[in-house]
Amino acid sequence: MKMKRSNEPIFWSLFGAGGILAALIGPALVFITGIAVPFGLFYAPDTMSYSNMLAFVHNWLGKLFTFAVVALFLWHAAHRIHILLHDFGVHAVTLVKVLCYGSAFVGTVVAAYALLAIGS
Amino acid sequence: MADTEKIIEIQVLRYRPEQDKEPVLQSYKVPFTDDMSVLQGLQYIKDYLDGTVSFRWSCRMAICGSCGMMIDGKPKLSCKTFLREYYPAGLRVEALAHFPIERDLMISVEDFVTKLESIKPYIIPKEPRTLEQGEYLQTPQQRDMYEQFSSCINCMLCYSACPQYGLNKEFIGPAILALLHRYNADSRDGGQAERLNSLGHTDEGFWGCTAVTYCSEVCPKGVDPANAINQNKMNSAINYFTRFVAPGGADK
Amino acid sequence: MSNRRPYVRPMDNWWMRDPFFVRYMAREFTAVFVAAYAVVLLFGLVRLSQGEAAFNGWLQYLKTPWMLVFHVIVLATFIYHTWSWFSIMPKTMPIMFVGGKRVQPGTITGTGIAAAVVACLAVLVIVKGMHP
Repeated sequence: MKMKRSNEPIFWSLFGAGGILAALIGPALVFITGIAVPFGLFYAPDTMSYSNMLAFVHNWLGKLFTFAVVALFLWHAAHRIHILLHDFGVHAVTLVKVLCYGSAFVGTVVAAYALLAIGS
Repeated sequence: MADTEKIIEIQVLRYRPEQDKEPVLQSYKVPFTDDMSVLQGLQYIKDYLDGTVSFRWSCRMAICGSCGMMIDGKPKLSCKTFLREYYPAGLRVEALAHFPIERDLMISVEDFVTKLESIKPYIIPKEPRTLEQGEYLQTPQQRDMYEQFSSCINCMLCYSACPQYGLNKEFIGPAILALLHRYNADSRDGGQAERLNSLGHTDEGFWGCTAVTYCSEVCPKGVDPANAINQNKMNSAINYFTRFVAPGGADK
Repeated sequence: MSNRRPYVRPMDNWWMRDPFFVRYMAREFTAVFVAAYAVVLLFGLVRLSQGEAAFNGWLQYLKTPWMLVFHVIVLATFIYHTWSWFSIMPKTMPIMFVGGKRVQPGTITGTGIAAAVVACLAVLVIVKGMHP
């Protein structure tokens, strides 16, 4: 009963990294970027201003952080959604994989391109 | 002699391949006392109400693993489940989910047994050993690494709990992967590579599991197959990435 | 000679059969919100690369009522994600011993949640520190 080695580890590792990142700092990020800053709670209203955000991503650490959050969240979601669709009984396995991981890949490339375009 | 007799309604999913097109529920009114198990309820039905009802049982004390069935939609051992819990509403008894029904409450176990035999469920010594060398020595902590996974009674409740097995019969499944881990984790064993390379590291092995963890919920023996499987994913992933690089990396 | 005709029952709507399965699907479904949030951030990033006017457009968009509702829902799902992630974590760990005693699942979950609380607070404080 010889079966072939699974390639799941690739996607599972990305899923895990994104999952841990989201679990540890996700709530804080969502609160800051989506609720507190736009609606003037606790933070200075210009916390996410163009010049401040530019300064943040000009810094290589800021670039890395932004890239990690966007890309890993996308890969985390892609893997889980792919499994979710399988669980819901969607049978077009290859198509689902291409759509899910393909989208994450596109998002990753777009994020990288945007960050590099912004430069230092 | 007894106090006022209580009667409970047991609905049994019947299926007689020679006469039934598909399974159908049949209702029985069973007098019971608080100490009666669902198994005893079924035995009452067979002895006094309907001798044609078929079901498996043996030890009636939750160690043989024969009497697994769906009781009100949950996989349970009928000898370990009590009629009083379902009074007065009654209960519905069906064959274990995710298995083909052979007759009434009996399922086909062929797939399970085939897989069980395929994972090399025995100690494979690390090197040849003579009788003169004596017993293996093992610390309590070494034994703790695999002991709970050795408690499996092959009752298959976990397979009924596992939607991934329900959706894909190629998946090796909780109990057998737990058993695979039981041997891999035993300090006396040297067969990890064989069990991992063609079984554990595959989509049908550890990677078929999506950590629903209902298997561990329903296990009557506390085996925790979800843990047996998912603790292997990290190592399986690390091995996936390092196998061509690390010396002997492909072995584990 | 055989009268066998094994009957295979369908898996349709299997996850509706038991609250345990419903909770599993809810846990997996949080991924949709993680993706949605990442997409919002990605939009912001792209707008940032397109200049001040474009980025200010995105900032204005964040201030709309719908986006507030969206982020409140997303926040709730992220908190549920944190909770369910560390609840599952004990199942992914090997059997461990500390001081001769077996590490309990509750300890692992508790430590994880505590780490998340600390990490979130750290982020909140660091951001405040960056723009007092």
